[in-house]
Amino acid sequence: MLEKNDKLIIAGREFDSRLMVGTGKYADFPQMVAAIEASGAQIITVAVRRVNITDRNKESLLDHIDLKKYTLLPNTAGCYTAEDAIRTCRLAREAGLSDFVKLEVLGDEKTLFPNNEELLKAAAVLIKEGFTVLPYTSDDPIVCRRLEDLGCAAVMPLGAPIGSGLGIRNPYNLRIILDTVKVPVIVDAGVGTASDAAIAMELGCHGVLMNTGIAGAQDPIAMALAMNLAVRAGRLAFRAGRIPMKLHANASSPLSGLIA
Amino acid sequence: MNITINGEAAIIDPLTVLECLEQLGIDPRRVAVELNREILPKGAYPGTALKEGDSIEIVHFVGGG
Repeated sequence: MLEKNDKLIIAGREFDSRLMVGTGKYADFPQMVAAIEASGAQIITVAVRRVNITDRNKESLLDHIDLKKYTLLPNTAGCYTAEDAIRTCRLAREAGLSDFVKLEVLGDEKTLFPNNEELLKAAAVLIKEGFTVLPYTSDDPIVCRRLEDLGCAAVMPLGAPIGSGLGIRNPYNLRIILDTVKVPVIVDAGVGTASDAAIAMELGCHGVLMNTGIAGAQDPIAMALAMNLAVRAGRLAFRAGRIPMKLHANASSPLSGLIA
Repeated sequence: MNITINGEAAIIDPLTVLECLEQLGIDPRRVAVELNREILPKGAYPGTALKEGDSIEIVHFVGGG
């Protein structure tokens, strides 16, 4: 019941789940479908790639995804310039008939950190073209504010490098970002296990997006459920308001009425 | 007639974009098409004839994060 009135709102659209999951790196489609189901996610990311012309026997991702149940969030993964990212978003909108995009413009192959200059350039163009832009960005409050000023529907700072599983490396920056922008803050990348997702949510982040943390686990379906519970637990804990941290003990049992 | 499909040289009979997709066994509802780097709206597939030297990109969604 406590969760019922706590929707995630992105560009006026309401979602019950605050966990967004990717569709990459699974052993096969049935495993992917079962993991997405267990995660409870309603928004799922996909990549845009050339159709393999020579081998047409491969099954299509969309044959396995119930589009009535899930909102697709196409990404611009692999793009290193604003121009390529814009082109990919235009193709994604035509393929998916939705204007939601996860905008990422990468800086280099080793770190996969964002190139924020190109990111801002691409975001400005896409927003003018009517896209709902959710940008993957550095955990930099100034860049996040500029993305919000441009009209991005959310900001998605990284917790740690993509696929690293290093968790929330700079909770203080995330807190400053939460203090700086009014749009939803969604931690995108770096989550390795359930406690990482819970930490992001306990900080007050509005959602978490992950792929490798689930798909790369030894049992992706079990990890998907663990992440589902962690995001919900972290959110509830944030809303419940934690006790302050104290150096010394504070007894839970009454001090009066002790036997002799 | 020589065209480029997804970066590869191809020799095809004169076709519309829709006919080209059908010949390649591609469901037009599941893809997006760029013709000479411009998005081609789905409704234009039947009425757009490919010309010598055209470059066409056909993309779809795959697993990603």
